[in-house]
Amino acid sequence: MALSQLSRSLTGLFVETSSVIHQRTFSVTAVAAAIQKMTRVRVVDNSPLGTTPYHRAPRVIHVYTKNGIGKVGDRVLLAIKGQKKKALIVGHKMPGDRMTPRFDSNNVVLIEDNGNPTGTRIKVPIPTHLRKMDGDYSKVLAIASSFV
Amino acid sequence: MSSCQTDRTVPPSCGRWATLRLGQIAFQRHFDRHGFRSTCACVCGRSDMAACGKGLDKFMFSLRLLRNLQLQNERFLSTSVCRLAVGGSSEQPPKFTPPSKPVIVDKTQTVASTRSHLSPEFIPPRQRTNPFKFYIERKDMIRRRKVLNIPEFYAGSILAVTMADPNASGKMNRFVGICIQRGGHGLGATFVLRNIIDNQGVEICYELYSPRIQQIEVLKLEKRLDDNLMYLRDALPEYCTVDPDMKPEPISPTGEVPVNKLKVRMRPKPWSKRWERPKFNIQGIRFDRSLTPEQMEHAQKWAQPWREYDMLKEYDTSKLEEQILSEVQREMSK
Repeated sequence: MALSQLSRSLTGLFVETSSVIHQRTFSVTAVAAAIQKMTRVRVVDNSPLGTTPYHRAPRVIHVYTKNGIGKVGDRVLLAIKGQKKKALIVGHKMPGDRMTPRFDSNNVVLIEDNGNPTGTRIKVPIPTHLRKMDGDYSKVLAIASSFV
Repeated sequence: MSSCQTDRTVPPSCGRWATLRLGQIAFQRHFDRHGFRSTCACVCGRSDMAACGKGLDKFMFSLRLLRNLQLQNERFLSTSVCRLAVGGSSEQPPKFTPPSKPVIVDKTQTVASTRSHLSPEFIPPRQRTNPFKFYIERKDMIRRRKVLNIPEFYAGSILAVTMADPNASGKMNRFVGICIQRGGHGLGATFVLRNIIDNQGVEICYELYSPRIQQIEVLKLEKRLDDNLMYLRDALPEYCTVDPDMKPEPISPTGEVPVNKLKVRMRPKPWSKRWERPKFNIQGIRFDRSLTPEQMEHAQKWAQPWREYDMLKEYDTSKLEEQILSEVQREMSK
């Protein structure tokens, strides 16, 4: 009994010391590249598929561009919770042109095959130069909460 | 002449104070209605004052009367109170003096800085390019600065930039953030603003001399311990969260720019760069919160202490700076 208490207190001590300097030894996001195959992304709309916690992060399994590199406004195919789902890139870590925003995460919005968004609200700011593609994604822009 | 008659009807027993007030009101009303025909009202007030007596109930009555008058005359409180004492003490008919105009000091207005300061993009890089190229660029930069007010700011200052954006609503885009880096020379000079909006870190790299920029405001002028604050990407989010509706803080136009000696706490370790390495020489991070002393000592393995003695890498810009500063001031005053 005493031994188990001692071990518990010891483990508690160990947990406390480890929480002071808590670190992972590997990075989990691509450093500074635009979106390509196997990039982990963050789903920023409120669709049930994107908001449920995941064991595996959503990954890009295909980019619908000629060169295989996705920027803001490109469509990608995601592997998310065991399904294949199309998504629209609405921000990435790699800096683009001057005077355009750069985000701290690779953001996507889930869309159906016909281009309609799956969710009803986008929680993070959206770059305004996405509006150049207004004709295709006007429904996605309509559910955005703020632009930057 | 209605107000004159009300003065008459007040019995002479009301207090001296009340009669004075009444005379003042009469005077005031006359002034409002008939301009300079106010002397008769003053006379009325004096006659009442001469026949002053006692009686609290009468005083109350006169107060009630006063209230009625006040309803009629809007300017009662605004002008008649402060000059009452003067008129009563000197026993002279109170001469009308217009109230002094209030001086409104707008502290939010930024004052033009008087300290001489040269923006760092004016200093050409150390290379073998023909200096004439930099001279031409300086002329263009000064022409742009005559149109657009580019204030003095540093990495760590909080700026608000308004730029023309054909895609934004209203064709304008305003972004507030902390300046984390200044880069580039000449016309291609840039600065990076960073902010956290809806828990999403956003950075925008602006070109200082871009024609799309319409206004640059300095909301808070200060320096930090480092010239490059890129480590704020890996710091806790509260260090680069700026309120987008922030009001500009008053800037002292003279003296030194204040240095904010804030040391930031970092997120847990995989950082975008190994900031503890000596090549960055970061002062503004609390490394003791995120790294062990052994790790700090290990980082010193990459130190290159001989670099500061490399005379080929010396670039003393003090003389060049003075020269360019005088040239810029001469051109700007033209």
